[in-house]
Amino acid sequence: MIEVSNITKHYGKHLALDNISFRLDEGDILGFLGSNGAGKSTTMNIITGYISSDSGTVKINGHDILEEPLEAKKNIGYLPEIPPLYNDMTVEKYLEFMYRLKKVRLSMKEHIEEICKMVQIDDVSDRIIKHLSKGYRQRVGIAQALLGYPPVLILDEPTSGLDPAQIIEIRKLIRDLGKKHTVILSSHVLSEVQAVCDKIIVINNGRIVADGNTESLTKLGSETRKIKLVAEGREQNLYSVLKSVDRVTEVKKMGETEKGCYEFIVESTADVRRAVSKAVARADGIILLMQPEGRSLEETFLNIISGNEEG
Amino acid sequence: MFAILKRELSSYFSSPVGYVVTAAFMSFSGFFFYVQCLNVGTSSMYAVFQSMFFIVLFVIPLITMRLFCEDRKYKTDQALLTAPVSIPAIVIAKYLSALTMLLICLSSYIIEGLALTFIASPDWSVILGNVLAMVMMGSAFIAVGLFISSLTENIVIAAIGSFAVNVIISMIDSISSTVTVPFFKSILESLSFQSKYSNFALGIVSLSDVVFFISIAVMFLLFTERVIERRRWA
Repeated sequence: MIEVSNITKHYGKHLALDNISFRLDEGDILGFLGSNGAGKSTTMNIITGYISSDSGTVKINGHDILEEPLEAKKNIGYLPEIPPLYNDMTVEKYLEFMYRLKKVRLSMKEHIEEICKMVQIDDVSDRIIKHLSKGYRQRVGIAQALLGYPPVLILDEPTSGLDPAQIIEIRKLIRDLGKKHTVILSSHVLSEVQAVCDKIIVINNGRIVADGNTESLTKLGSETRKIKLVAEGREQNLYSVLKSVDRVTEVKKMGETEKGCYEFIVESTADVRRAVSKAVARADGIILLMQPEGRSLEETFLNIISGNEEG
Repeated sequence: MFAILKRELSSYFSSPVGYVVTAAFMSFSGFFFYVQCLNVGTSSMYAVFQSMFFIVLFVIPLITMRLFCEDRKYKTDQALLTAPVSIPAIVIAKYLSALTMLLICLSSYIIEGLALTFIASPDWSVILGNVLAMVMMGSAFIAVGLFISSLTENIVIAAIGSFAVNVIISMIDSISSTVTVPFFKSILESLSFQSKYSNFALGIVSLSDVVFFISIAVMFLLFTERVIERRRWA
């Protein structure tokens, strides 16, 4: 469906993308993860043919974006980082323009109405885009990407500027679309990628630093488990019994949280919650809070990036 | 391509620009028509067209200034360039939208000509010859303005830039009169817009003049296409 091979891009002397390659099949939802300026938008702009790469090829449905640009572009719906909206038009007129521009063959009025309902902008269809709030503008941008239901959807930070309820709606929409379409979305919000995508590419300084499915990346480096523990008792007693629990590798004192209560971070190589509970009881302590600190994608992500920078 | 043409045209009239430009053009043309035709009691509109030459120089940058630079500024070029439309088609659509605006402005001459028929019998060949002259010259100037609009994101620079270029082009005659080297003098003279415009205005339609204006237009459209294409590689 999408084949990106060895694309490299320089902006002047600055190397923006360094040998990026990946491929996606129909129905894949790929999350592009990276900090700002990592090269997410540049990659998307190259895939959609807005800018050209210095070397490498991009194929959409077998059509090379440089050699058969019109055929390739017919297969793409693109939401750039800043939605390409004409401020002087009404939402309806704008979508009609984009419909014609993209040479969509579906029945115009019903098709536009349907898409407006999907992204919930049907209540503003006769408003001038200039007067819309950021959330609405973003959704009009998503609507134009969906016009004609192209097989490939490329969404650059689709949920930016939306409120939490809208974010949930749009994520659900993207998951639904992912059943029939190939979707690439970029984000620096990790929970979003975790929630929506089944494949993740982490990009840093123009290079792919991690590539895999969401589960395998989340598991990456999760051998150490952490528990946050708040217990009532004597700090030194609690500390020493926690230390003595089997498979516990480290206990950190985090100080007194309220009178007579102390917080600890317990690191271990296995699930030690039961043993910890018994040990605290032996030391005449009372557990007030025990919370597993699962290793989130966030930490993995930061680890990958910092590890990459050190290396 | 027609989608872009239609959008550009409607965008002229969804902002004050389209109305201001046509109103300014038509009121100047009406003013000169009154002063140089009705007031002196002649049915020859030749003098009106001579005066309007400089008004056209003013008006065309206003028509072309926003064509490409606004798209770049508001990132709407991303929609155009990632849609299944070729760059030449985008350039031509924008060019035709500006040309249509000019034709709307020029329609005022037809109205003035018709007004004259009530009181005299105007020389339609002069009127149509002059309109043709303005269309020819305008099509070249619009291509120049479109090209300059593609170079910048700033609408004011686009307008002033193309106005300056238009003025320089129209001053070629006076520049060439100061040049003494015959070789350069003949080159400058052959580039003069005004002498060719005057030929049309006098009713002399020569193929070489038509080809001159059309090739200037085509050349700058190609330049524009290259600028847009080149930016993708920058």
